Amino acid sequence: MKAWHFSEMAYHPAWEELGDSLRNLVPSSVYDPKVGADLYHRYLDEWALCDELGINIMVNEHHTTATCATSVCTIPMAILARETRKVRLLCLGMPIANRMDAVRVAEEYAMLDVISRGRLEMGFVKGAPFEVWPANSNPATLMERFWEAHDLILKALTTHDGPFNWEGEHFHYRQVNVWPRPYQSPHPPVWMTVMSPGSAAEAGSRGYSIASLNTGYLRTQEIFEGYRKAAADAGREAPKERFGYLAIVGVGDTNEEGKRRADQILDYSRTTPRAASQFWFPPGYTSNEITAQMLYNRGPNMIPLRNGGEFKMQFGTVDEFIDAGVAFAGNPDTVFEQIKEFHQHVGGLGQLLMMGQGGHISHHDTVSNLQLFSKEVLPRLADL
Amino acid sequence: MKRISVAGIELGIDIRGNGPPMLYLHPEHYAHLHEPFINKLAEHWRVFVPRHPGFDGRQPPSQFRNVGDLSYLYLDLLDQIDLVEVTLLGASFGGWIGLEMAVRNTTRLKSLELIAPLGVKLGGREKFDFADLSALPDDEVASALFSETFVDLGKFNETQLLGIAQDRQFLAYYAWKPHLHNPSLAYWLHRINVPIRLIWGENDGYVKSDYGECLAERMRDVEFCTIPGAGHYPQIEKLDETISTLLVAAGG
Repeated sequence: MKAWHFSEMAYHPAWEELGDSLRNLVPSSVYDPKVGADLYHRYLDEWALCDELGINIMVNEHHTTATCATSVCTIPMAILARETRKVRLLCLGMPIANRMDAVRVAEEYAMLDVISRGRLEMGFVKGAPFEVWPANSNPATLMERFWEAHDLILKALTTHDGPFNWEGEHFHYRQVNVWPRPYQSPHPPVWMTVMSPGSAAEAGSRGYSIASLNTGYLRTQEIFEGYRKAAADAGREAPKERFGYLAIVGVGDTNEEGKRRADQILDYSRTTPRAASQFWFPPGYTSNEITAQMLYNRGPNMIPLRNGGEFKMQFGTVDEFIDAGVAFAGNPDTVFEQIKEFHQHVGGLGQLLMMGQGGHISHHDTVSNLQLFSKEVLPRLADL
Repeated sequence: MKRISVAGIELGIDIRGNGPPMLYLHPEHYAHLHEPFINKLAEHWRVFVPRHPGFDGRQPPSQFRNVGDLSYLYLDLLDQIDLVEVTLLGASFGGWIGLEMAVRNTTRLKSLELIAPLGVKLGGREKFDFADLSALPDDEVASALFSETFVDLGKFNETQLLGIAQDRQFLAYYAWKPHLHNPSLAYWLHRINVPIRLIWGENDGYVKSDYGECLAERMRDVEFCTIPGAGHYPQIEKLDETISTLLVAAGG
């Protein structure tokens, strides 16, 4: 199993002042650029440290939110492509249905791949519902735009006798001819985020890597199964290296210290639901059956426990998140056993996307968390 | 509801009543709350009420994507069933379709009756002519759309809620960007050569009545009427007043 360190580069100093609306309706007057600059440098330092620790790097992006100050995923990745030498670099990801210039995406990815000498992994993601407003992306046609962008970006990266033209439904170019060509051939590996067996199947039929995000002990197995079935139907292999899972990871010298660190990182999970309700169900983004239910009955985001119970994501305790399989936390032995159990339960996990920084955890604790994980947990994961 | 094939599209259409012909193009929300209005119309007209493709739960063809396409569909419909001297009535999103039809071809039209139509951009680039309901909380959406009526979604049945979700999806499909308008439609309003009546709820918070007055200034042979005590859907909130207004022939 390989590991990746992920952070949303949160601007947590504004969380208290912003209250229950951390997304979309958030005045940037609450953002202090001097504090923000310090935070950016801190988070980049933590990623750069991963190069020494043998932990790969994952970045993402969100928009108009204090929960994630990475508004362009390729910007931190461009810095890290130069600052690091060994680890792999995963953008997970690029919301390609919300990017109106798909060729620009191909150009950014190609440059990153060349600068990093072939260490890039390309994530193509649908994007969270509240992202359609900052991008003004039509939610009713989002997935058809997603697949057209996917097709165009891959053609742009793999065509070396260009130019070619593209007159599709959503993208129009007279002369596509991307320079540089990517370092890896035919192109950097493709990842997709998945939240259901159906979306996993889309990736499985194409042989891509998947990242199941915080889907927990009870839901992840069926999502992976959806991938395996679609891969088999398409005559493709489904080695465990294709299966990624995003979890909060807190490692300490003692169980108490590891859980304290995870508890602080979990403020990431607890703040995720803090968005005004109208931004959760853009028209046509989810099935109309689900939207119809939510029109009059929008409950809080709930996470299932192994005993059949559930808890509110916004208020979960660290023990509840551990039980749910959303967090792995404790001393190195405990964390290894938790990951091993999860790996066996889901039928094989090849890529642990660990949120080693998030919420209110300090720089000191983040570094210690990453170092302990690298020294005491990662070597054992290599054998799984 | 009857099914009729027009331009390769299976169109669901309600045909009710007797009298002179009326084509009624429905707005974006609350189809079932419009039933009393359609029944009242049917007391005075032979009213043809198509359900817009997509809003009926059937995916339109991939090349059928904008309000211009809807307008050609309904112009074809009028040709196909050979209606003449048609009163074309459209509310909100349906009013926008009516405008797009009328700038293209008024041959079969007697008059154009529009209840708070969307579609024409008049304000500057930093002004919403049409409120962005997608970004408003439920209570503000309700007060933008209704003056006095409380619409309790908890009392809607499953089919009605599914209908609302479909309506929202296909309003976005046709009109997410540009936001609820065709940038060039204002330029061609002079082509409408039949009498027009604009009907506006005085307390419309979605499309303000002062916008309606500005729209009227861009049209010829137009009458502007307001209905007190109504929001964006006077046909729901003030049914009798709306019908009375429609019964006075447009253009005198």
